[in-house]
Amino acid sequence: MSAPTVAAPRRAGHRAGKTAGQPKKKPIRPARIALHAFLILVTVSFLFPLLLAFYTSFRTHGDTDLHGYFSLPEALTLDNYVNAFVNGNMPLYFGNTILITIPAIVLILGLSSMVAFGLARFRLPGRKVLLVVFVAGNLLPPQIMLTPLYRIYNLIPLPEWMSDSQVLYDSYWGVIAIHVAFQIGFCTFVLTNYMEVLPKELTESALVDGAGAWRQFTSIIMPLCRPPLAALATLEFTWIYNDFLWALVLMSSGDKRPITSALNNLKGEFFVDNNLLAAGSLIIALPTMIVYFALQKQFISGLTLGANKG
Amino acid sequence: MSLQEPRIGGVSRRKLLAGSLGVGGALALGGGLAGCGGGSGSGSKTITLGSSASDAVPKKATAAIMADFGKKNGYTVKINTVDHNTFQEQINNYLQGRPDDVMTWFAGYRMRFFAKKGLLGDISDVWSQVGGQFSDAMKKASTGEDGKQYFIPLDNYAWAIFYRKSVFQQHGYQIPKTWDQYVALSKQMQKDNLPVAFADQDGWPAFGTFDYLNMRINGYQFHIDLMGGKQAWDGPKVAKVFDTWKQILPYYQTGALGRTWQEAAQALLQKKAGMYLLGGFVAQQFTNKADLDDLDFFPFPEIDSTVGTDAVEAPIDGYMMAKRPKNEDGAKKLLTYLSSAAAEENYLKIDSSNIAVNKGASTASYNPLQKKQQELIAAAKSISQFLDRDADPTFASTVAIPSFQEFLKNPNNIASTLKKMEQQKKSIYSE
Amino acid sequence: MVSTTAEADGRKAVRSTARSKVRRWSRRDTIVVGFMLGIPTILNLAFVWLPALTSVGLSLTSWDGIGLDQIKWVGLKNYTEIFTIYPPFWPALEHNVLWLVFFVLIPTPIGLLLAVMLDRQIRGSRFYQGAIYLPVVLSLAIVGFIWQLIYSNDQGILNEFLKGVGLNPVNWLGDSHVNLWAVLVAASWRHVGYMMILYLAGLKGVDPSLKEAAAIDGANEWQTFVRVVFPSLRPVNIVVVVITVIESLRAFDLVYIINGGFNGLELLSALVTQNIIGEASRIGYGSAIAVIMMLISTVFIVIYVTRIMKEETQ
Repeated sequence: MSAPTVAAPRRAGHRAGKTAGQPKKKPIRPARIALHAFLILVTVSFLFPLLLAFYTSFRTHGDTDLHGYFSLPEALTLDNYVNAFVNGNMPLYFGNTILITIPAIVLILGLSSMVAFGLARFRLPGRKVLLVVFVAGNLLPPQIMLTPLYRIYNLIPLPEWMSDSQVLYDSYWGVIAIHVAFQIGFCTFVLTNYMEVLPKELTESALVDGAGAWRQFTSIIMPLCRPPLAALATLEFTWIYNDFLWALVLMSSGDKRPITSALNNLKGEFFVDNNLLAAGSLIIALPTMIVYFALQKQFISGLTLGANKG
Repeated sequence: MSLQEPRIGGVSRRKLLAGSLGVGGALALGGGLAGCGGGSGSGSKTITLGSSASDAVPKKATAAIMADFGKKNGYTVKINTVDHNTFQEQINNYLQGRPDDVMTWFAGYRMRFFAKKGLLGDISDVWSQVGGQFSDAMKKASTGEDGKQYFIPLDNYAWAIFYRKSVFQQHGYQIPKTWDQYVALSKQMQKDNLPVAFADQDGWPAFGTFDYLNMRINGYQFHIDLMGGKQAWDGPKVAKVFDTWKQILPYYQTGALGRTWQEAAQALLQKKAGMYLLGGFVAQQFTNKADLDDLDFFPFPEIDSTVGTDAVEAPIDGYMMAKRPKNEDGAKKLLTYLSSAAAEENYLKIDSSNIAVNKGASTASYNPLQKKQQELIAAAKSISQFLDRDADPTFASTVAIPSFQEFLKNPNNIASTLKKMEQQKKSIYSE
Repeated sequence: MVSTTAEADGRKAVRSTARSKVRRWSRRDTIVVGFMLGIPTILNLAFVWLPALTSVGLSLTSWDGIGLDQIKWVGLKNYTEIFTIYPPFWPALEHNVLWLVFFVLIPTPIGLLLAVMLDRQIRGSRFYQGAIYLPVVLSLAIVGFIWQLIYSNDQGILNEFLKGVGLNPVNWLGDSHVNLWAVLVAASWRHVGYMMILYLAGLKGVDPSLKEAAAIDGANEWQTFVRVVFPSLRPVNIVVVVITVIESLRAFDLVYIINGGFNGLELLSALVTQNIIGEASRIGYGSAIAVIMMLISTVFIVIYVTRIMKEETQ
């Protein structure tokens, strides 16, 4: 476990070694059946809340009210989705999410790669202290920063074309900035670990050719870091998309909030109609689910990367 | 941004387009909004409004009157809606940051507090033109400690005990005039499998019951002094309020702390509950006309005949102006319009659960429920605003909510709860 | 100027690759690396550490958040009041601890158990994994919304079921004896998958030869797990503990969505927001609670960071 899993070659022999010498067709043992039965049970119970939301979202409020959940639907309808999407003004909030999430991810990955490069490839004095500062900062409870951040944000002016609030507070930039500042820590940690195990010879030869630090960084190190960068991008997308607190506190305009923070806004509209609530929840959950299904491997390796030293 | 106005729609489409362009969209968006971001000049034709009207009906009504104003005066009102809980929690930061030109708020202590802190714009000049259309009580409720006006009232509503006429007829219930009759009625309802509707998941609805009990037992002046931090929470007077409250707890719907007021209102609507002490906004849940016609209310009964029933809880909602609005001329024009009878009529056409406060507003379109509320308020000698509008907001949210919830959970521990309330009151009101 | 030095340095570097004790970086490189490290560091210090330390200072003051001239120094008064006359504090602390203990005792072992089962290359493993991970990608805010369909008092499926089988409905979110457990179950729904991911990665790193050796010694599966597998999961366990502590301390979204953190769902994070972003903020109070949170997490941050640093030196 000394190298990140992304870099670790798959132990192809591992499985082969296990099954070698055994007959191809294993007899079905009761233990196996029990195991599968147990796993199916667990899986179904884990999917249950989502399936319930899914089923509820296609029924009308009156239908569920009258017959309860344990009933066959009178009719299936897409109305709840249309309502949640249109009345909840979701395109606007999704737009805000994109405006915050994409730049934040680009900046986080760019900046943390630079720090990691500096820390991993140079034996700088005080590099450990710096790493500690980054990692520890990422573990602080966000609540400790709320008030001062809010004050600082109101003191930093922005030109009108950047934000109509003319300060960092209540602007997309402000929310992006705190995500970047906060998440650099985690990504720096992961990327430093990764870059440290890249062989020294890679850059030694470049040095002989007279390539400067920047050239080495951009043309040698970064291309090699594609796997962890992909994993981190997936992970950060999920985290930033799912963030609820920052935009709630650092934005006062309801129509600038990203979708997750706008949930509370939407609650007013979803007064007591659980069917609408279910549809809305599923619409909002959809992007992260899509990313997860498409990039499952990156997501999981991203989660394990940070936890994988030692 | 839910206006049906094409121009606004255009902006939001442009924003969407910008959003879909991702990073590059940030620039496009900045450029796109610069054109309508409200310049610093007074000649701008854009006014921004911060609105906490996030529920469907008030949201639609707000949009309608803003569009009407825009049409008549050639302005564009950009509405920024935030759900009311968040809006109220963040008002402090919001007013100190870059607030919108005009924003929704409440009359009374909560407005005065921010006026005193110098966070609101003085609109006495607007009042000098429109003041004649309001009663003295309204003017008082809109006036800060310095004697200047900071608030334009739009409407109010009464807190009372709501019930369905058909349910009362079916069971032969009589309207209770006194507390004893009210307790007897609650008991009877319990026998008939009809609990008294009650919900306090959000923490504030229980305030209404406390306010009425306190005003009926100890009188209006004591109530206002208590809210102002001038009376003790751990004295015998407040203890008596909770003792009286205890008498009716057994008849409430069980599990009040896990129910929102909307859910409790649904129980009343579905005839699963007998009566419900709430504000006039309960009518918002009665969406179909037959149900609404069946809804009625009676005032909170008398407890002490020497105190009587001439105090009514009738919170006033309205608008304030930012300290330094980007578009002051526009903001004042808008506030002038909002004080007019026409604006109130237009608003109440859509949100028919409230009452106009402008003396000249026509009541022709009122449903019986609105008429009755208006009579109740007009006959009242003193009007309270609601605990969290009459008391220090910090006290209301961080002390009163958990203490009242504690009482609902453990009614018999009330003495120690009140002692802690008093200690915290001293700490908060002295700061 | 710069370029000539760089060239000279470059030439020197070429000449001296054989000897290792030579400066290989030009001044330009130093500046470039300085910027590469400097900009992110400044950002991190300005937006994370500066506000955090400012909060420590604010926790010793009384301030309603309006106007800097209103800040009054009160020393430790906020702390003494929080400990003595602020009723929600002790319950909140208790709930945070309960949250942590529950997470360590319930979802974590379940995650480990599932990881061990799925590590055996059984058929359908991918499908099982996919389903159990799914909640991990949801935000806690959404988790709160989805579980309201289950827990809601008058409209939830759970109470409908209870009524259906003739039992009394339970006030899942409103009864302060029950609601924390209900929320913990919802939060665990998400946490199990997270733990399982970490343990699966850990199990992949367990040396198979060790397991084989144990099997040759005649140890059964359980003994093998206890003697060989679990000890070699130690690094993962440390990470799991740290993540669980941090997650338990940060827990906020879920209770905030449900009832704002009142009535049995008091958590330190919710108390901070109640006091700080309330209508007339008690900044001093809120900051003091935030500082208490920071102190608790500092203990674990130190454990974690020293572990990382130990590895660095190995």
